[in-house]
Amino acid sequence: MIEVLFFIAAAVALISAAMTVTAHNAVHGLLYLVVTMLAISLIFFLLGSPFAAALQVIVYAGAIMVLFIFVTMMLHQGEKSLLEEKQLFQISGSIGAFLLSAVLLVELVYVLAGFASPQLINGSEGYFTIQTITVKELGIQLYGPYQLLVVIAAMMLLSALISAIHIARRQKNPMQADEEGDQTL
Amino acid sequence: MLTNFLSYGVDMQIPDSLLMLIPLLPFVSSLILIFVNPPKKIVTLLGVGSVGCAALIALLFNISLWGQTDYVIKAGFGNWMTIDKLVINFDFYLDALSLVMISIITGVGFFIHLYSTGFMDEDTDYRRYFAYLNMFVSAMLVLVLADNMLLLYLGWEGVGLCSYLLIGFWYKNRDNNMAANKAFLMTRIGDTGMAIGLFLLFYQLGTLNIQDMQTQAVAVWAPGSDLQGNSMATLCCLLLLAGAVGKSAQLPLQNWLPDAMAGPTPVSALIHAATMVTAGVYLIARNTQLFQLSPDAMFVVALVGTCTLLLAATAAMVQNDVKRILAYSTISQIGYMFLALGVGAGSVAVFHLMTHAFFKALLFLSAGALIYSVHHEHNIFKMGGLLKKLPVVAASFAVGCAALASLPFTSGFFSKESILEKIVDSGHTELWWAAVIGAFITAFYSGRLFFVVFLGKMQQEPNHTPTKTMHIALLVLIVPSIFAWMQPQGLIALMPGLPSKGLSDLQHWLPIFTPIAALMLAFGLYRANFFGSELKSPALQSIHQLLKSGWGFDFIYHHLFVLPFKWLCHINRNDIIDLFYRRLEDTARLMHGFVTGFQNGRLRSYSASLVLFCVLAISWVVLK
Amino acid sequence: MISIHWLLFLSLALFSIGVYGVVARRNLLFILLSLEIMLNAVVLLFIAGSSFHGNPDGQIMYLLILTLAASEVAVGLGLVIHMYRQHHTLDVDKLSQLRG
Repeated sequence: MIEVLFFIAAAVALISAAMTVTAHNAVHGLLYLVVTMLAISLIFFLLGSPFAAALQVIVYAGAIMVLFIFVTMMLHQGEKSLLEEKQLFQISGSIGAFLLSAVLLVELVYVLAGFASPQLINGSEGYFTIQTITVKELGIQLYGPYQLLVVIAAMMLLSALISAIHIARRQKNPMQADEEGDQTL
Repeated sequence: MLTNFLSYGVDMQIPDSLLMLIPLLPFVSSLILIFVNPPKKIVTLLGVGSVGCAALIALLFNISLWGQTDYVIKAGFGNWMTIDKLVINFDFYLDALSLVMISIITGVGFFIHLYSTGFMDEDTDYRRYFAYLNMFVSAMLVLVLADNMLLLYLGWEGVGLCSYLLIGFWYKNRDNNMAANKAFLMTRIGDTGMAIGLFLLFYQLGTLNIQDMQTQAVAVWAPGSDLQGNSMATLCCLLLLAGAVGKSAQLPLQNWLPDAMAGPTPVSALIHAATMVTAGVYLIARNTQLFQLSPDAMFVVALVGTCTLLLAATAAMVQNDVKRILAYSTISQIGYMFLALGVGAGSVAVFHLMTHAFFKALLFLSAGALIYSVHHEHNIFKMGGLLKKLPVVAASFAVGCAALASLPFTSGFFSKESILEKIVDSGHTELWWAAVIGAFITAFYSGRLFFVVFLGKMQQEPNHTPTKTMHIALLVLIVPSIFAWMQPQGLIALMPGLPSKGLSDLQHWLPIFTPIAALMLAFGLYRANFFGSELKSPALQSIHQLLKSGWGFDFIYHHLFVLPFKWLCHINRNDIIDLFYRRLEDTARLMHGFVTGFQNGRLRSYSASLVLFCVLAISWVVLK
Repeated sequence: MISIHWLLFLSLALFSIGVYGVVARRNLLFILLSLEIMLNAVVLLFIAGSSFHGNPDGQIMYLLILTLAASEVAVGLGLVIHMYRQHHTLDVDKLSQLRG
């Protein structure tokens, strides 16, 4: 049962990811990405990490994607953007990129399959019993040996906050502002 | 009274350090004239006065050393450089040879300076002229007083530089600049040989001090030593000879001197007749002991002298330009000096150098006065009948020509007779005959020059009369031109010649009557209106043309060296050596283009190359 | 039962899709989306490792990557807005003023 669920979720994740990178409409791309996130979240759940699954839904599919959608809403100009995007990207025009990533995939699979050798996985041929890792365990770890990590994460968020505000702030001084850029936004 | 004065002079002691003042005075004056612009009177005072003071000091030395033969005075400014074994000092060395030289340089130099004040009076570059001239005098004095070869070389190059500057003094005329370049480059060829000779001498003998070098050379390359040492001595001598040949305008580097007449006439008198061009003679006389170690080199010197004196004398016969005639006669007379040096008669060579300095300076100065008087005309056939109009010039010209032709009882007679006598002593009969023929031609063209310019119908009314200072200089120089009969005793002591063999009657009388016969021939031809008339036969005309161009050396050198060099320059216009560097540059540019292709500012190509690198790296790891 | 091999393959496949998106797309917004996919691929690998070895370290790395992704998106979207103001387009190929 779990296996079936996993394969369905994996297929959904891969297909929607592929749709994301090939979409012409930004909103469509975003929605496909949300689907990918949700599928991955399900896989987390199946792997016995409910906390991670929950965070994936809340933070990724929720908060981060909302940010994306807001920005897309701001920049999206309907048909015009769509036409522009079609000019910028065609699948037929990106065969090089496709080949490159395909070769990368083959090589990575080959290499990592080599690492996940029978000796390494105790002869179980890769199958393993799923142990649930509880939030309590995680909390003990996080506020025990990994305290520094929490601080680093906090610092990172703060700096991102400050720089995002600074970058996206509209120029107050008309002399410094770009003459054309101001009217659009 | 004179003997009283002279005996007093012997007792007189003057400090040795006064010697240093002789080159220093003109040098300081020259520096002042270069950097300061004083009023014209001060320029005159400095320019003439400094050389006059130097001449006075030289005179004092002459008086104090009168009658002595074996004397050496040393004075020095201290060390110039010390490199391991090589110790070079600013030391001056005065013996009989350099005493004669400094007396000529400062004495004749002083009168030429005095003359110049009149001759250059109207020139706008009066100050520059005297700065150069003083610089020349000091460099020449350093040359003859130098204690070591390097200091001599400093003076040697210094006079070369001043010669260049003064030939091109009227630099607005392109021809003058070309003449200056020619003089500079031709002498440079000889100087290069001389520099190599100095390196070789230092390498072989370990010193550049002239006196040490002589003794060392005699010790190392003693006669009868091995063949190799002997040929090394010959090589050194020939390299030094190259320098001397260049400076003294001898074959094969002789053809710069006639062109050097582009400079002001007093310059021609001082530099290109009396002093600088005789530096080569001085150099060989200074290194007599070295040259005597190599009979081959000595013979080459004599041969060079003989060929040059005949060649230049024949060329002088057909020139129209008064200064060119004198230039060729200078080359020819220096040829006599080289001949004398070559037969081992250094003292006689220096004696002829001295008398030549007097009468040739006199000739040039009177030629200058002549040119000054007749609208700056150089062509002798456009003059004529000037005897009555310019009596002083004519008199000095007559004396100069007589001395040049070596008429009896002039200074030139005694010096040239001594040379001929010494040639007989050395046993080179063929050279003696050449020298006699040369003397005949010399007298012939001297007569031609004098008769054409001063006798006959007046062609042109003189528009200037020479100034008083010019007259004084001329009149003073007439005296030594006639009465310099005795060669300085110190010279004979310094450079003893070969023992006298005694002359046959022919050898005794022929040189005396040769010039008289030549002058009579010249006068006869002059009366027959031969000079200046058109030549009938084409063969004679072509010979005339050949002689007039100085045996066509300019033409030969032009085709032998200048044109091939130009051709080489032409084919090497793109600089063959540069090709390599240009390819290097192209390669760098290509690599630059290749690498900057990656730096294209495109985010996607950066990320693509990142991925590509990962792919390649993993492939490498996998495939290894 | 899920084989670790399948998890590895899923992660790598997602990662390659992300790489393809980054290299192929010219719109800055889609490049950011592709980056998110790549991050998710990595995250999946961590969680799989955590499960496989039965220890929570992988999940703690997940937390860190999550904050990283949030920061990256915040800054990246700020840049997107800025770029749009300046250039009226999101075509990254237009931003090539740093070429050598």
